[in-house]
Amino acid sequence: MRSRSFLTGFLLAAGSAVGTVLYRRRAARRRESVQLYFGDGSMISLTEGSPEAERLLGPARELLATARR
Amino acid sequence: MLASDPMATAQALADLTEISSQIQSAVVFDREGTVLASTVDDERAGLLASTALELLRGAEEQGAADKEVVQLDVTLQDGSVFVVRDGDRVIAATTTTEPTAGLVFYDLKSCLRGLGQEQEKPKPKRAPAKRAAKRKNDAES
Repeated sequence: MRSRSFLTGFLLAAGSAVGTVLYRRRAARRRESVQLYFGDGSMISLTEGSPEAERLLGPARELLATARR
Repeated sequence: MLASDPMATAQALADLTEISSQIQSAVVFDREGTVLASTVDDERAGLLASTALELLRGAEEQGAADKEVVQLDVTLQDGSVFVVRDGDRVIAATTTTEPTAGLVFYDLKSCLRGLGQEQEKPKPKRAPAKRAAKRKNDAES
């Protein structure tokens, strides 16, 4: 009886740990970001939160909203 | 000054949205923001072009002065925005969420390149009029 409840608890804990990892991965993938590609082949990636990214995310959101209006 | 055939540009955009299921809307414009073709109505096309130009100019400020942004993509919560430049022409497109960026860039570049080739294609020359030549020969004989 005791070993059974231990197993149930263990499975619940393992399941929620896996769920948390998957949720975080998905959330990270959905973070807003900007990728800039230059003529010389170099590239810059800006993620949301930085002032440089916010300057570009504004017009991009506006553009997407206009296209879907 | 761009001398593009509006029909060819519109056709290229129609082909683009047909080929790529991820691209929802697209607009082709020049560096001054003049719309050449679009998959949306004129009013929205003008707004899209001006906003995309604003985006492109903002992006230019991120790199060194001598570096030119040739393409960019912005990943948003409910979709993505792509801008590609080729010479004097620029194409901006919106897509569904989590698009295959490489494929979208490839399709947009192909579309712009196709438009460039369309512009460079020489007009077919008229074949010499046979009747006029025959008439001249008849008159001489």
